[in-house]
Amino acid sequence: MTARMDARFAKLKEEGRPGLVTFVMSGDPDYETSLAILRRLPAAGADVVELGMPFSDPMADGPAIQAAGLRALRAGQTLRKTLAMVKTFREENTDTPIVLMGYYNPIYVYGVDTFLKDAKDAGVDGLIIVDLPPEMDEELCLPALAADINFIRLATPTTDDKRLPKVLANTSGFVYYVSMTGITGGAIASTSAVADAVNRIKRHTELPVCVGFGVKTAEQAKVIGRDADGVVVGTAIVQAVANTLDKDNRATGDTVEAVATLVGGLAAGVRAARLEAAE
Amino acid sequence: MNKPVEPNSFRTGPDEQGMFGIFGGRFVAETLMPLILDLQAHWEEAKNDPAFKAELENLNTHYTGRPSPLYFAERLTEHLGGAKIYFKRDELNHTGSHKINNCLGQIILARRMGKTRIIAETGAGQHGVASATVSARFGLPCHVYMGATDVERQAPNVFRMKLLGAEVTPVTSGHGTLKDAMNEALRDWVTNVDDTYYLIGTAAGPHPYPEMVRDFQSVIGTETKEQMMAMEGRLPDMIVAAVGGGSNAIGLFHPFLDDKDVQIVGVEAGGKGLEGDEHCASLTAGSPGVLHGNRTYLLQDGDGQIKDGHSISAGLDYPGIGPEHSWLKESGRCEYVPIMDAEALEAFQLLCRLEGIIPALEPSHALAEVIKRAPKMGKDQIIVMNLCGRGDKDVFTVGKILGHEL
Repeated sequence: MTARMDARFAKLKEEGRPGLVTFVMSGDPDYETSLAILRRLPAAGADVVELGMPFSDPMADGPAIQAAGLRALRAGQTLRKTLAMVKTFREENTDTPIVLMGYYNPIYVYGVDTFLKDAKDAGVDGLIIVDLPPEMDEELCLPALAADINFIRLATPTTDDKRLPKVLANTSGFVYYVSMTGITGGAIASTSAVADAVNRIKRHTELPVCVGFGVKTAEQAKVIGRDADGVVVGTAIVQAVANTLDKDNRATGDTVEAVATLVGGLAAGVRAARLEAAE
Repeated sequence: MNKPVEPNSFRTGPDEQGMFGIFGGRFVAETLMPLILDLQAHWEEAKNDPAFKAELENLNTHYTGRPSPLYFAERLTEHLGGAKIYFKRDELNHTGSHKINNCLGQIILARRMGKTRIIAETGAGQHGVASATVSARFGLPCHVYMGATDVERQAPNVFRMKLLGAEVTPVTSGHGTLKDAMNEALRDWVTNVDDTYYLIGTAAGPHPYPEMVRDFQSVIGTETKEQMMAMEGRLPDMIVAAVGGGSNAIGLFHPFLDDKDVQIVGVEAGGKGLEGDEHCASLTAGSPGVLHGNRTYLLQDGDGQIKDGHSISAGLDYPGIGPEHSWLKESGRCEYVPIMDAEALEAFQLLCRLEGIIPALEPSHALAEVIKRAPKMGKDQIIVMNLCGRGDKDVFTVGKILGHEL
């Protein structure tokens, strides 16, 4: 486990509040704007950053994140540039954990060992690789753990009690509970079902449980944050980027600011989660 | 590349993890993992159940019209002046291609699993039509994802699917071809996990699909062996098939893999040539990668981004290939070669005139390779080619290229 991730969740526990985990697509809409967004996230209220590695065929993503990945690729983003972006971010921020999220093929083609070395050097704390279930742990999960990089697994509504121990076995950092079956950006499941699922997972693990897929507003973040240790917001942030672009999908003066404003609101939401629940 | 030690048998794969050597596997989202394990358990049970086998054989005989004939192409053989050429005529199957073999097997399995909704991806539309057909036959709703480009160039098949009661969704992401349709089908499956069965059309995707589709298609090779023995009293010297995803090819090849005297040739879509990006020759010009649930040869760039291929034939227009073909290539058991659009088009026309058969553009690629090889072989030698689909669906495409207003 990386120290940065553990320290962050320990601090959140101390503060008695859930964390805000923000997803942004690296290189969307271009390298410089994306780096500027990344730099603004901690001050805006992000506790953990998930940085998307764009892939041409994002099979588990909805239209908003698909479009963000394609914008990034068209603007010339590569895995190498994503790592460079993390390295630049680390020059001024050493305490916000960064989790790279994406699909396996770009890493496989980069070369697993080289990638893990470069990622560690850049200051990456964890990986979420959508198409690597526990059955394929020897590919990347075990080498990542050996390289002191968290491998964060998705648990889903289809992960029953029988399967859960297998999913949790080599998971580290936190558990990412996908609150619904489906692609990113769909409708959120009922909040009581989410709470039940979070508590079910917590019976099997000491790790923090973060909930995502379908969280779009500060209000939802607040409600989900009552039971979860972290609330993940992705599609809404990516959509905020998209909404500010000009007709040629280029960044405008509003792009970075729109993300910061949205994240600020979401951060207020998660900070209110336990206060209100305690009243 | 170092060649691995030759195995005792080429027919034992995949292993329990679904691997053919380093190829294959189960690279899917966690949401789908329980579904794939469930599918595997049902498949293991079904394939050893005599009742399942009997139901499939009955449908193969009376619904599809199996066995398909093994036909001696006398005039083509004379024209080329070399090896005797036989066609395995899977284009005579109900729905016009080999795709029905797999669809019948999978829909019986879907029913055993209690699934009530069928989804499928399609390129040329042959698998979509076959899926819509078996769904109609068993009264299940069917939703077909098809790239928008393919919807346009295969309009007759889109209408066929609609006649058969299927809903067809054009997919606009990427180039709007087969790979994009498969992405969208996977997105549907990951959303509708409870009632939906994903009927994959080729011998690719996460384990157990490559094995399962191969086993359903192996009826092609098994029949060919029996028919060849009856007609010639021996096995052929060479078998040839087109490979897109590779299901018709693996169906013909698999029963012959351990017959070491039988030379095996798979023919990929060379498109407009291998120099640029306008081809679909993943084995000849691609490299190993992970896409759509399996590791296999892919067309991709240095950053691991998947390229959109090109072929005159929508059915071969896929940047990947079934994982077992990747393994058969690396193990050296099978040879894979590209055929260009123009060569396939020539072969297509030649067969129309010499044998009175309008082939699909997919097997026209295999035919073009046969045309190259047969004259160099002796008259006592035998080639079997899988004529896996008929060309009715391609008449408009070919007409357009040849400058005929239809």
